[in-house]
Amino acid sequence: MMNAQVMTRKQRQTTDDSERLLDISGLKIWYRTTRGNAQAVDGVDLLIKRNEIFGLAGESGCGKTTLARGILGMTKLPGFVESGEAVYYTRVSDTSFVGSDLLTMPARQIRQMRWQHLSYIPQGAMNVLSPVTRIEKQILDAMFEHSDMSKEEARARMYECLEMVGLEPTVAKMYPHELSGGMKQRVTIAAAISLKPGLIIADEPTTALDVNVQQVILQEMKDIASQMGLTLIYVTHDMAVHAEMADRLGIMYAGLIVEVAPVIETFKEPLHPYTRGLISSIPVIGGDRERMVGIPGNAPSPLDWPSGCRFHPRCPKVMDVCRGTAPPMLEVAPGHLVACHLYPTPISGAAPFAEER
Amino acid sequence: MTELKETKPVIDVRNTSKVFNIPTPGFEREYIAAVDQVSLKLYDKPAQIVSLVGESGSGKTTLARMMLGLTPPTKGEILYRGTRIQDLKKDAWWDFRRNVQPIFQDPFGIYNPFYRVDRALDMTIKNFDLASSKDEAVEIKSEALRAVDLRPDDVVGRYPHQLSGGQCQRVMLARTLLLQPKIIVADEPVSMIDVAVRMLFLNTLLDFRDKYNISSLMITHDLATAYYMGGPMIVLCFGRAVESGDIVQLLDKPSHPYTQQLLKAIPSPDPTQRWETRANVKITDRPLTREGSKCVYVERCPHAMDVCRQQRPPDFMIDEGHYTACFLHRDKPERSAVGL
Repeated sequence: MMNAQVMTRKQRQTTDDSERLLDISGLKIWYRTTRGNAQAVDGVDLLIKRNEIFGLAGESGCGKTTLARGILGMTKLPGFVESGEAVYYTRVSDTSFVGSDLLTMPARQIRQMRWQHLSYIPQGAMNVLSPVTRIEKQILDAMFEHSDMSKEEARARMYECLEMVGLEPTVAKMYPHELSGGMKQRVTIAAAISLKPGLIIADEPTTALDVNVQQVILQEMKDIASQMGLTLIYVTHDMAVHAEMADRLGIMYAGLIVEVAPVIETFKEPLHPYTRGLISSIPVIGGDRERMVGIPGNAPSPLDWPSGCRFHPRCPKVMDVCRGTAPPMLEVAPGHLVACHLYPTPISGAAPFAEER
Repeated sequence: MTELKETKPVIDVRNTSKVFNIPTPGFEREYIAAVDQVSLKLYDKPAQIVSLVGESGSGKTTLARMMLGLTPPTKGEILYRGTRIQDLKKDAWWDFRRNVQPIFQDPFGIYNPFYRVDRALDMTIKNFDLASSKDEAVEIKSEALRAVDLRPDDVVGRYPHQLSGGQCQRVMLARTLLLQPKIIVADEPVSMIDVAVRMLFLNTLLDFRDKYNISSLMITHDLATAYYMGGPMIVLCFGRAVESGDIVQLLDKPSHPYTQQLLKAIPSPDPTQRWETRANVKITDRPLTREGSKCVYVERCPHAMDVCRQQRPPDFMIDEGHYTACFLHRDKPERSAVGL
């Protein structure tokens, strides 16, 4: 874990304050089970920059959702934060920023942070709406809960948000069952942006939707993010969606981030064998129909991660060193970090941290 | 598509519709045609994989359920080797049950959580008398599991929650393989399993076609998956087959505006080629009641003409075996006989 923390410190140096929004280091979120602790998120280091769309990819069970909810301080028993911090930087004036750890914040304070600074669009967002309450009341209640807006202000803002996501004002008076899946998804997005948060975490928001509707929602979210200058952490297993949306992409495997790079780099030159596997198992329309292999084997269990590099039992390029030693996260090209023994040398300038280790 | 006139289709869906009655407040009734006059044929010689593509609500699953004999069609008929599924007599019904096998979407929902997963295999062996002794039963069970890329040790004696979605789904494939069916009807089989193991599942279906001569009807919303499988494809839009033909031909020259829209909406796995056009779909206008006298896609179609609102478009032939139900192509010859 030492290496990883070293890496964060390094990133802190390379990124100036105004760019930094969320700094996660050594974050471990475990679940207590009868058979020991399930180490769902097991030492994640990540730096989210202001105004970027950060994609988080990985197969199911790799800890994506646990990480997303953990950042928001939504970890519930039997889950608990074992260690680590997630520092969120708020702008206090044009040049100064104040960081506060979301994980140690008292419940009262994080309630204030939610919606005003942090918003969450959960998985299967169409099912989070109450079936017996009008859309209007659901959005307004949340707004009153998290801010001290007056009724008129809140109502005006709600209509503004509905319009931003392309919904008619009449939708406000409707019940969820009167809306289609895509419309419900838009309602949750409207609610998420209602208090102008700085960061939205969207967890598989379009997975259950049709491709046509998915395109509409993705394009809308991208527009809203750039209009409002907000940061979006977009969690999905669908690599094609990441290619369409993300600025930077983090690949998660077995509770760890194994590769972080600008999305163009990731697709042009994926380094980690797992990333390569993910990208090569996207079926493409056109061209020769070759037999694709995917990634053989099964995702490991969080109760008992494999030793050394956690991908080694499935890795096509496994070496002896992989079985015993976990690879450190190294910056092998500008902005391109990877944790794999195939790439043991960081770019020059990153060397001092090897000494520290 | 190589259409051999000599061979008879195993399943022949003829102009079939399924109409549902929607409850509405008051006394008026509303009807919705989930499947609206669809025809398709599934052959076993040669084995082929037919893809059925469409959005949710396009009637894919209803069509699959009718083909499995789970629900009767409202209009039209579905023939199994020349007999209507509903009219199959005892022996023929068992023959149908054996030769047409389903794979469902949710790999966890199909197992009873209280039983071990291999019970699905044991019961199949027992019900269809596939083995004469216990040893033989174990033997064919292991063989079937190995054929779908599973190690019997990993699976036998486990409960569903101990397996991954991909493994569960492949145990289902092993079950169908025991029966050596003629047709597999797979309803969105890969939408709930991980990308990485999705390929293993699709490859197994391809192997079934090539090694065991098993045809499949692959129902999916993902055009890229359909392309990977190859073979004939049918595009469903609000219950109607709007375009059909060999997948390469069809995706090379998509002729129906709906197919074109569907193709455009697929995110491309290349960050240097992002969407250039804005999606112009209005999510709100989802046609609920479907009238027979106009094109189903007319409300969303960018090329909508007057004739589209007055008349239901017949199938026009774009190429040999490639048909589209759109008036934009009315200069092309019209298809007279129904059937893919």
